[in-house]
Amino acid sequence: SKIRGDTVHEQSSVEAMVLEMQDSKSGVKSSEQKLNITSIPHVVTGQDILAWIANHMKVDAQEAQTIGTMLVAYGFIYPLQDHKKLILKPDVSLYRFQTPYFWPVQKWKADNTDYAIYLAKRNIRKKGTLDVYEQEYYKNLHKWLNHKWDFIVMQAKEQYRAGKERNKADRVVFDCQERAYWIVHRPPPRTHSAMDYGVDRLIDPNAEENKTFDYYRRIIIFTQQAIMRSKVKSTVSLGAILKHMTTYKDHDPFLAPCLPSNPWQTDDSSYWDLNMRNVEIPTKMRVERWSFSFFELLNDPRGRTDFKVFLKKEFSGENLAFWEAAEEMKWGTASSISEKAQTIFKTFLAPGAPRWINIDGRTMGLTVKGLEHPHRYVLDAAQTHIFMLMKKDTFYRYLKSPVYKDIQKKALSPAPHNFTPSQLEQNAQNRKPGINPIIIWQQEEEERAKAAAAAGPIDIKKLMASKLDRK
Amino acid sequence: MCDQTFVAITFGPCDSCSQNKPLMNIYLQNEPVNYCSLCVELMACQGLAKGETVSTLRAESENLKAKLEEERAKLHDVELHQVAEKVETLGQFVIKTRRTLKGHGNKVLCMDWCRDKRRMVSSSQVIMRSAAVCVLQEHAVTMPCTWVMACAYAPSGCVIACGGLDNKCSVYPLSLDKNENLAAKKKSVAMHTNYLSACSFTNSDMQLLTSSGDGTCALWDVESGQLLQSFHGHSADVLSLDLAPSETGNTFVSGGCDKKANVWDMRSGQNIQSFETHESDINSCRLYDLRADREVAIYSKESIIFGASSVDFSLSGRLLFAGYNDYNINVWDVLKGTRVAILFGHENRVSTVRVSPDGTAFCSGSWDNTLDFNPV
Repeated sequence: SKIRGDTVHEQSSVEAMVLEMQDSKSGVKSSEQKLNITSIPHVVTGQDILAWIANHMKVDAQEAQTIGTMLVAYGFIYPLQDHKKLILKPDVSLYRFQTPYFWPVQKWKADNTDYAIYLAKRNIRKKGTLDVYEQEYYKNLHKWLNHKWDFIVMQAKEQYRAGKERNKADRVVFDCQERAYWIVHRPPPRTHSAMDYGVDRLIDPNAEENKTFDYYRRIIIFTQQAIMRSKVKSTVSLGAILKHMTTYKDHDPFLAPCLPSNPWQTDDSSYWDLNMRNVEIPTKMRVERWSFSFFELLNDPRGRTDFKVFLKKEFSGENLAFWEAAEEMKWGTASSISEKAQTIFKTFLAPGAPRWINIDGRTMGLTVKGLEHPHRYVLDAAQTHIFMLMKKDTFYRYLKSPVYKDIQKKALSPAPHNFTPSQLEQNAQNRKPGINPIIIWQQEEEERAKAAAAAGPIDIKKLMASKLDRK
Repeated sequence: MCDQTFVAITFGPCDSCSQNKPLMNIYLQNEPVNYCSLCVELMACQGLAKGETVSTLRAESENLKAKLEEERAKLHDVELHQVAEKVETLGQFVIKTRRTLKGHGNKVLCMDWCRDKRRMVSSSQVIMRSAAVCVLQEHAVTMPCTWVMACAYAPSGCVIACGGLDNKCSVYPLSLDKNENLAAKKKSVAMHTNYLSACSFTNSDMQLLTSSGDGTCALWDVESGQLLQSFHGHSADVLSLDLAPSETGNTFVSGGCDKKANVWDMRSGQNIQSFETHESDINSCRLYDLRADREVAIYSKESIIFGASSVDFSLSGRLLFAGYNDYNINVWDVLKGTRVAILFGHENRVSTVRVSPDGTAFCSGSWDNTLDFNPV
């Protein structure tokens, strides 16, 4: 038997609700209705079901509609008319509560053998009543289940015979119930059934785990380190979450209007054009965001460029250059690691290196030793040290610097758009996908190559001279 | 800093076998040690010592779990709703669907945004790469397997990755030529022993993180297809993963059918935090505070009977968009815990919800074969 992981747990509350709906006193009003020439008991209308749900769950009509449709899509309620559409119609359309025997069952999927028997039975009853999609299924089932076809036909005949022995009203009701079950579990084309659950899960999440001694050992190992892991008080972390949300509130397009306008709403792409990766003059909002954290500044290519302008003036570009080189190694291909490690050592870490970075002796020692057998994370300690240095010192000096103040002054503050309906229509007709990211990537690669070539061998004397000047 | 993992030593000589390997930081008799994953496994499977039985080990694990709860409780000095009291309530939200992509002839299972904020990749049995803004399908690749449950757009915008029932994650370089057959340049990167449920590029096109029905997650080198790190700890299918946006980028979280959300250190493969929900809690969304190591909020309503399949935050983190199996999308105020909007646009379950990289819109994909784009 196959395992479903999705809708397993939602059912007990649904089942409870469905039973309540059938209560003779407090449930949905039901009556006997004539279907063709037979009288069917316990029939309810769509609008009565919806009214009951709205009242009972204290929700509005739209939400009640959602819940009602779920009940039909899962097969707890079935339509008597237009039976292939698994929705709850908010009118006098007729529905019945499905018998618990046919309720969606948690642990197993509706069996192909049972479906074959059902289709065979319908064929026996009256040839030519199968829909096209059912005929397709029947053909395939005959192929897949060929080895047990005799059994299937025998079962179908037996069920057909047993059915004939019921009285007409009962038989009509049972046929409706059975048909409804199969619409849900083998939906016709363009019918959305909630029992369409997707892929079978490999491991049954409800099965008891095999609790051998190593199972408990692993829990012990995990829990010990979890206990020792440093944590902070909720006032601190929740306070930080609150601060983050408050800081970013005006930058969240769902909470504050983005200027000049949200391209999805007005079909005008100015907002995106003004915020391109390496635009010359950024917007005021973007420049403000750089001040929120060092991470924000570095993450925005335009911000990082501006930071580099500041570093150049301070002759302290080596820290960021080292950090970038370390990032490239960390996220690069496995095959390039040892080559990059060598270059980084020669450029930043070796005694007398042209762009020597100033890290504490212990970290330097560990890093250099690690570089003897370089691996992806060998520069982690050094990289973190440099990052924290830049974050705690350089970043704040940048924010107070003429470079930052200058870009703040130059930054753009676009006025909000005010499009007329006909302008909006025009905009919609002129929608474009924007420049292909592949082209931007190629352009940036070219620039990177140019910059690397221009960097060339560094004039150490010149660099040392300028460093002495600063001191 | 939110990410404590940067202080950990995650590579070097193992304290047990002395080999240079990725290291897990664990405790032996309350003393910190660094063991490689093999030595940790050996330790776990070591035969019972004198006086040890399965019962004594069970008792010890129960004690430790209780102690962890005690430690967590000590930090529980304020509730989220108390902190949220000082904050203004959000106004009424009107979210309209502005675009609908209808090209998929099948259930949409997954989607991912391109960093250019307007293009995306989506998967059903077919992978479609489209410019969502003008509802323009630019590329389509038919996959040999019927369920492509995972797809991802690379940071450069030049490559996409996808996989599903074929148990693999393959990478497709994109092309400026609309008529080029992308399938010809396909490259298999990840191999699992069961279906692929989710995939994501890390900070570059060179590494791929995957999760699988086989209960594991894995980190791969795209160029060589080499397995860089595997992550074991879930006891059932892993269904989703997400990378931390932290400045040091070392952790990710995975969600599994074993009702656990596990936080992992990418470098060592160590499971560093874990959050578990109970059987009856399946139809709620929960918020976990990683620094305080506890659950801080539950987002649910009595009228929401069916579970959520996919969630994403708005740019500031104040709003949580969640797609449900009852075909709707509920939008929650993360701080106040209230629902601020509900969207009824789909005709079948919502399988994926993702906010665009600049937060201007979110996309919802559904088993009704469509993708909707919704700004405010």
